[in-house]
Parts: sequence; C-alpha cells; structure tokens
Amino acid sequence: MAWFKQRNALTTERKIKIPEGLWVKCNNCKEIIYKKELDKNLKICPKCNYHFRISAKERLKLLVDDGSFIEMDPGLSSDDPLNFRDKISYTERLEANRKKSSLTEAAIYGEATIAGHPVVLVIMDFSFMGGSMGSVVGEKVVRAAERALETGRPLIIAASSGGARMQEGIFSLMQMARVSAAIARLKDSGPLYISVLSDPTFGGVTASFAMLGDIILAEPKSLIGFAGPRVIEQTIKQQLPGDFQRAEFLLEHGFIDRIVDRKELKKTIAKIIELLT
Amino acid sequence: MIKCYLDFEKPIGELELKIEELRHLSDGKDLNISGEIKKLEKKARELRTTIFSKLTPWQKTLLARHPDRPYTLDYINILAEDFIELHGDRKFSDDRAIVGGIGTIKNNPVVIIGHQKGRGTKERIRRNFGQPHSEGFRKARRLMELAEKFRRPVITFIDTPGAYPGIGAEERGQAEAIASNLMTMSKLKVPIISVVIGEGGSGGALALSVSDSLCMLEHSIYSVISPEGCAAILWKKNGDLKHEDFARAADALKLTAQDLMAYKVIDDIIPEPPGGAHRDVKQTAGNILAKILESLEELKTKPAEELVEDRYKRLKKIGSFLKER
Ligand SMILES: [Zn+2]
Repeated sequence: MAWFKQRNALTTERKIKIPEGLWVKCNNCKEIIYKKELDKNLKICPKCNYHFRISAKERLKLLVDDGSFIEMDPGLSSDDPLNFRDKISYTERLEANRKKSSLTEAAIYGEATIAGHPVVLVIMDFSFMGGSMGSVVGEKVVRAAERALETGRPLIIAASSGGARMQEGIFSLMQMARVSAAIARLKDSGPLYISVLSDPTFGGVTASFAMLGDIILAEPKSLIGFAGPRVIEQTIKQQLPGDFQRAEFLLEHGFIDRIVDRKELKKTIAKIIELLT
Repeated sequence: MIKCYLDFEKPIGELELKIEELRHLSDGKDLNISGEIKKLEKKARELRTTIFSKLTPWQKTLLARHPDRPYTLDYINILAEDFIELHGDRKFSDDRAIVGGIGTIKNNPVVIIGHQKGRGTKERIRRNFGQPHSEGFRKARRLMELAEKFRRPVITFIDTPGAYPGIGAEERGQAEAIASNLMTMSKLKVPIISVVIGEGGSGGALALSVSDSLCMLEHSIYSVISPEGCAAILWKKNGDLKHEDFARAADALKLTAQDLMAYKVIDDIIPEPPGGAHRDVKQTAGNILAKILESLEELKTKPAEELVEDRYKRLKKIGSFLKER
C-alpha cells in the first residue's frame, strides 16, 4: 500500500537540475515554467494543463469562500501505538513532518461555505507523510461524516494520499473500515457526499471513502488506483500502458463521474449541490 | 502426513523421521524398540510445544503461509457437510480466490465466505495464490446480501496475501470493490463472524472481515502490509533484502494474533494444536467451531438495528490512540 515513498524519490530526482525558487519544470510536458506564473494559474501548467500537487491550504483557498473555513479538532494527533521505529522513531517522523509542513496531520477538516452553500469539508495534504491515513486522518473523516449527518450539510472530501500509514500497522488498516462505516451512514437518507480525487490517490484511501462518493470528481491526469504502479509492474513483470490509472482511465472504465479542471472545481461543486439539494 | 517442514520445524521433523524408521524396523514386536519409540514420541511432543510456544512474528508469518496449513475449504468440509458452493459476481466472472456458499454448521443455517488458496502448482495458479480480483469481492458482497435477505448469519474465513495487484483488477475497480464491501458489511442486518485462519493481508483481508466477532487462529497474522513490503520500503538495499530484514519488519508491524489481542483489535485467539493447525485439521476445526457457536449464540438474538449500531461502535473504538495536542 505505501508505495508513495519510492514515487516521491522519483519526483525529487527529476527536479534536481532546476534552479531553486524561480523556475519549475512541468512533470508532464517537461517545460520550464516561471514559478510566479504557475502559482497565479492555480499550479496548473499553462502549456499542457498538468495539475501540480497542491497543499491542503492552497486547495482550501481555491475551494471555499474567503474566510469561511472554521477548522475543527486541529489538535488530534497520533500517540504511536506500535512504538514504530525505522531509521528514526515514528514520533520523530511526525514531528519532522509537522515542522516541514506547518500542518499537524495529513488532513484538515471543518465547516465552510462554497459559493454560499454551507458544507463540511475534509482536505488531505500529500506533503504530510504522503497523505497517508492513520488513526488521526481516519478519525477526522469519521467526525466530518458524523458532523455532516448531524447538520445535513453536504460532505466534501478532497483526497490525495499514498494509502494506509504503515507506521500505525493494524490501526491504519482498520481506518478503512471505520471511515467506510461512517460514510455508509450517509447513504440511505443522509446528506450529499462529493469525493474529489487529485494526484495521487491510492491504497486504503481509494479503497474506502474516496470511492464511496455519491458523486466522484477527479482532476485531470491524476493517478488514482488501488495498487501502486510499481507494485503492479513488479508483479506482472511488464510495463504499464501510459494512461494506466490516470483519471481519464478511471472515467473510461466507469469509476468516476467527471474530470474537472481545478479552475472549474468550486463552480462545479456548487452547481452539483444546487441541483441535488 | 506432513510434507513440508519449515526451518524451525526441522528438529521436530528429524525426530519424527527417526520414530518412523524405528516403527518400520520393529513391527511393534520388539519391546525394547517400542519403549524407545514411546520415549522419542514424548520428546517430539515436548519439542513441538517448546518450539511453538516461542515463535517469532516472522516465524508465525511463515507458519501462516505454510503449504500444509488448512485452507478455507478444508474447514468448510469439516464444519458444514451439506455445504453448497455458489459462484460468480453476476457482472464479470467467478473469482476462484474467494469461495462462498450456503450450509449448516451444527444446525445453524449460515452463509460461508472465505479466501481460498490452492495446493499444488496447478491449483495454486487457479486460485491465484488466494489473491482476489474485483469480481471476488463482488461475489462475496452478493452472497452477503443473500444472507441478509434470508436472515442467515455470515461466517468468513480470512486467508490472503492481499488483493491482486494487476491491470485487470485495476480496470475493473479493485478499490471500489473493496470499499463497497466495507460499506455493505458495516450495515449488514445479520451477524458477521470472521476468523483469520492464515494470512490476513491488508485491504483484501479487511474486505471480508468487518464483523461483530473477529477472532484469529493462534499462529495467524493480520497486517496492513507484508513484512517483505514493509522492509522494501524502509530498508531497500537495492532489492537485496534478507530474512533478517523481513524478521525486523514483522517485529515492527505487530501482526501476530497475540499483538492484536493486546491491542483489543480482535475479540479472541483460537488455540491451535501443538505444532500448528496443519498437525491436526480436525482438532483445529473443532476449536473454530466452538468459537463460532459461542459467537452465534451471543449474536443471533440481537435485533438487527442493535447489531448494526454495536458494530459501528466497535469499529469506532479501534484507533482510539489519539490525543489532543
Ligand atoms: Zn506541462
């Protein structure tokens, strides 16, 4: 499940030759882009429409009405139930990620309005331990779903994750069941749940709440799947087709409703809420 | 007859070979030899008990994958003699890595579903080494809904390295299939009793084990990732990983039945005969039966609404390792 580390290493390798700060290279078309121009364009490559990964805070900004977000339970944190240690202890790793990202965990949640519509919102951040789901991410999704059920507000979850958080062992696996059970309670007569998938969404996150939306949207070209492409390549010992596990591939196979450009995301979500609620 | 000995089983195997040879020699007539045999048998029993009482997590992992270890159908054949297997997901195909059907266990009509590994090369491939595709999970879901319609408890046996990582599985929505099972099981209006009999491999295992009673055989494992996968991520030495790396990862993951019991993630540990489940399938099946009957008794009178509500509460408790910073 946790294949994202290898993939991360890949992207860093690619970035090495680009001078820090002013310019970035597009992962997709390899064009060198002026960073300010990219930021102004919501981190979408102006040449090829590739959607760069964005932080939870950046996504929040483009999704909700200015100043409307009230974060809930920001202090939830893991207490390292396995006493897990690789090169450093899990506790130290969490601390390093907190410093690096100015986040406390791989997801934030709270209430906000989207074009005037009140919603409950969860946004994941891939930069925090690969957006992996441990007890805290699981708990936030559960609480968000329960909050949506209580208030009748639509639930919006923007996923971006490498999958389960290995360092929390069985507890991270069990989060898949917990969040799915919480979402199940919205299904019969509860509020609308829109799942928004961005690059990348894998493993235990895809195989739980991300694939359970009443409506599932994805950003163009996002990699989305269950098993990571590396694991699949090693298993079947052949190269994967180019569009494999891209958002377009999922649309083609019937697993998502629409591919939506980042610039259209807020408008589209607002429109879906209007039409269904 | 035991065909395969793992490294840590070898001292037992050697002793058993000696006993076998002596038996062959004596034909039971020579009193000296039969005395010797008795002595050696006692020694073998003691050796089995000592070796198996202090297995490491990695040894347990190997044992959970033991080629002679009983599989789902071995237990079904003992526990439900009238079992009728049902096939297919009604959408794409019949996945042989998961079996399911209807039958009675000690006068209790139930639906039984489980991962199925194969014995022997041909059968192993046919069962895809117990790694289901999307259609396997969908078949399981169909049978759970059948159970709900006819108010039959669901018994599941867990034994898989994990969901299959392949092109077809992704094309047909492996993630959606697993997620849908988790959702369906969380609100199924009949009791669900799950027993981990071998390998509980990640999401593919979880997709059959959201339940009201979750137990594990003494030497089974349940983990978010295999020790090999974990070691590859943590200490990748250019793919040059050794058994001691896997052993370290197995330690770190806390994947044994005893670990999960301590964490209160499972409800009970089902004992195995000395030397492991493969030493005595009937006895192991008997131990499983006792646990299933106990759980059935406890669950079958619960009103459906209460059952579903309690199941949700159970799940919510797992991962209570949280604190406010
Ligand atoms: Zn580009």
